[in-house]
Amino acid sequence: MISITLPTESQKSAHIRLRLNGEETDVSFAPYKTLLEVLREDLGHTGTKHGCELGECGACAVLVEGKPVLSCLLLALECDKKSVLTVEGLGTDGKLHPLQDAFADLGAAQCGYCTPAILVTAKALLDQNPNPSRDQIREALSGNLCRCTGYQQIFEAVEAAIVKIAGERND
Amino acid sequence: MRVIGVPRRRVDARAKVTGQTRFADDIVLPRMAYCKLLRSPHPHARIRKIDSSRATAHPGVYLVLSGKDLPIEYGILPVSEDEQALCVDHVRHVGDPVAAVIAREELTAFEALGLIDVEYEMLTTISDPEEALATPAPRIHDYGEEGNIHKRVSLEFGDVEQGFADADEVFEDTFFYQGNTHLPIEQHASVAIKDPEGKLTIWSSTQTPHYLHRALAKVLRMLPGHIRVIATPNGGGFGGKSDPFNHEIVVAKAALLLDRPVKICLTREEVFYCHRGRHPVLMKFKTGVKKDGTITGMHLQTLIDGGAYGSYGVASTFYTGALQTTTYHIPRYKFQGCRTFTNKPPCGPKRGHGTVQPRFGQEVQLDKIAEKLSIDPADLRLRIAESSNAVTANFFRLSVVNLSECIRRVVKNSDWKEKFRKLPEGRGVGLACSAYLTGAGLPIYWNKMPHSGVHIKFDRGGGVAVFCGATEIGQGSDDVLAGIVAEVLGLDTFDIRLYTGDTDLGPVDLGSYSSRVTIMAGNAALQAAERGRAIIAEAVAERLAIPKERLRFADKRVFDSAAPEKGVTFGEAVRLAEARFGTIGTMGSYTPPKSPALYKGGGVGPSPTYSYTAAVVEVIVNPATGWITVPKIWIAHDIGCALNPTLVRGQVEGSVYMGLGEALMEEQEFRRLPKKLSHALVHKFPSMLEYKSPTSLDMPEVMTELIEEPDPRGPFGAKEVGQGPLLPIMPAVANAVYDAVGVRIDEVPITPEKIMKALAEKKASREPRFGPSHFPHVDWPEALRVPPPWEGGDGNAVNDVPRPSKPKPEKEKVLSS
Repeated sequence: MISITLPTESQKSAHIRLRLNGEETDVSFAPYKTLLEVLREDLGHTGTKHGCELGECGACAVLVEGKPVLSCLLLALECDKKSVLTVEGLGTDGKLHPLQDAFADLGAAQCGYCTPAILVTAKALLDQNPNPSRDQIREALSGNLCRCTGYQQIFEAVEAAIVKIAGERND
Repeated sequence: MRVIGVPRRRVDARAKVTGQTRFADDIVLPRMAYCKLLRSPHPHARIRKIDSSRATAHPGVYLVLSGKDLPIEYGILPVSEDEQALCVDHVRHVGDPVAAVIAREELTAFEALGLIDVEYEMLTTISDPEEALATPAPRIHDYGEEGNIHKRVSLEFGDVEQGFADADEVFEDTFFYQGNTHLPIEQHASVAIKDPEGKLTIWSSTQTPHYLHRALAKVLRMLPGHIRVIATPNGGGFGGKSDPFNHEIVVAKAALLLDRPVKICLTREEVFYCHRGRHPVLMKFKTGVKKDGTITGMHLQTLIDGGAYGSYGVASTFYTGALQTTTYHIPRYKFQGCRTFTNKPPCGPKRGHGTVQPRFGQEVQLDKIAEKLSIDPADLRLRIAESSNAVTANFFRLSVVNLSECIRRVVKNSDWKEKFRKLPEGRGVGLACSAYLTGAGLPIYWNKMPHSGVHIKFDRGGGVAVFCGATEIGQGSDDVLAGIVAEVLGLDTFDIRLYTGDTDLGPVDLGSYSSRVTIMAGNAALQAAERGRAIIAEAVAERLAIPKERLRFADKRVFDSAAPEKGVTFGEAVRLAEARFGTIGTMGSYTPPKSPALYKGGGVGPSPTYSYTAAVVEVIVNPATGWITVPKIWIAHDIGCALNPTLVRGQVEGSVYMGLGEALMEEQEFRRLPKKLSHALVHKFPSMLEYKSPTSLDMPEVMTELIEEPDPRGPFGAKEVGQGPLLPIMPAVANAVYDAVGVRIDEVPITPEKIMKALAEKKASREPRFGPSHFPHVDWPEALRVPPPWEGGDGNAVNDVPRPSKPKPEKEKVLSS
């Protein structure tokens, strides 16, 4: 009989410094942990969700250096000195990001479980392309499963946010 | 109206878009331990021995539990309490839990699972209903009808053979609807704690906290008053979180024993083992029609793959035959249903519960009938559609029926008349309709108490707090409550505080299932709010010295409708009332009307009212590959009143999406491992990657139209929307495929492979069809014969003991969902 002893969570031998939602953050954790686990369990940022922990559902997406990544597939150790944006960092000064406002107003969040990942993924899209077509929005969100909405109200909310962001820019 | 009918931000939207909604797995408590379950790798076996000594001794392990620690059986329906939290001596499907480890860390618990030694003795595996009928032993359960038959039903409403004799044409078709699963993105999770006085609290992703409460009290042998269940907002439910689950009972027991919080969060693979999803159903429809399309009689047989446990299955069995009569007028109707046990994860209620499969068969058969009779399928349905206030052959009383209007709208919106049988080869349109319950007429356990209760507390600061057991699963139940209360009291929904899904705080609501929340919790909220308004109005009328009938509640004020400047703020109004009458709190409750269906089995299907839907789906089928693309779907839904049109549209489109997934790709498939391995029956795809569901790239444009004629039975006239709009999608796709390439796919899902096979049949001049060809022999019991209303029937069976009009509580009458 082979007995394998895995490292335990309390062995927080790994340490990184990341810029989490704009804030310099030091964290120690067990070295096997994914970014998802460190965010949720070691940093108390439970806004980021998990639906499979195998890279299938997209619910754990966060932005690393501005790009959407599946935090369940990324070791936290790989995020040293990187910037990480989660749903908790989307709004500023207690004000919702236009995407959050539009999602709230237009029914784009039903159960709300896939919402944090879809919001940050949509933000990455708009940061790169401020005026995407419906097809480009579809493409950008195709890795994020939503079982509630049928996606239509999500597309409409992203499009409403595009208009709002453009308006703010022109103000 | 200022709130009702206005598209608005839902009350819980801000929490959802900021990641602050606290789902069960987001809860972390001091000293919390973690639980993992050891699950059976075998589909059917006896447990000979469990040795957990090595696991117990493992560093970091606090507790190991096995079946003997939780032997009491439970189950959602009182007629099929056949589950144990941990299997004592018999495992019935791969994934059935046999032991639990609770440890300081989740990883330690996982590691210790490998240190539990279980000795199994393999039993014959039963993989489908035909095998179950042919293999009476070994029995998967030692209850049920006989062998591996769980439940057989036979009901006849009028002489159906006479119906066929009266027909000009009789159609016989068999269909198969594959099983599929809910796939909520949130994996089930629960956290339990024991409070210092020994009481239990559990937070859980459950749609039915009240039923979980009952199951916990039974299995843990605790006073219900010492148990508090808090349903956390569900990250998607769709019916998959409606049963009391083994993991919930295990963490509760562990928390009581360890005196520390215990959490479990299932893996995605384990969610597939929980299942309770769509039953695979084989169906045979025999339908007689006149040349003008009038139905003279219908005989429906269903053979249902129940999986390893009862779950809601007895209700599901009745549901496969209940709602056929609620859409089209069927003067004579016979239904026979048979559910068998098999060694697969248990099936249960998924969106549309039991009615989805026969709806597929019925709507596809109608398409065939229309073609044979040379009648446009939309016109055929308009001729036979049921009308308002009808009582059906099986004694379901309909309320407002706007099916015909739904059909007319989708025909117009989709340009049906320009497209049907007129589009080029490879392109087609299909139409289908449906009806669905607005809440089950009976609770899961028979009783005379309300199905929903709402308590409203008014405080002198003008605050209004609403307490209700209703459970937010994403559908917007909190917003329904807030919207109704705000409208009645002249407030904004964001002025209302909600305390829901908590068995300690709020009056009982039976849960988020059977599309019951809007009508039941909504009517209870309406009553409580109106009672509160009456008390407040009394005091304000006194102060303003005007008759209270003249008062209006709007814009956060209470004022004289004849002189709007004369009035008080809502807060001042509450203070006047509190000074006059003392502390203000009101209650409301709702019990559905009594059903005229008095026969045994008549408890499944009655509803205060039914919603109606019609849909047209357009498809493009590539004849070289069989690939199906859906460019657009038109749907019209008879909602009565859209309390919040934004959310109603979301429910319609979400239903369309889920229906399209079922139509084209979703299937819960199993395979046997090779004989040289264990020959076990395992999931083909227990992962989200391989269990295909539509992505944002697959979803077509949906045009939704709502038909709003208020139903007197709904709050502000509202009916259900969460389930009904799913039902017409699958048959509409099948009918569209036929219009596109001339082949019938009498099976769901409709995959390119099946289309290619049917096209090959067509090319070989054989029947251009893919689907089942036979329905196996079932020893049906003698049918209960219930004369329909137009033959003088009183709702009782003529060959059964007549039932009093006020039935006594007994177990056979409790079926519902």
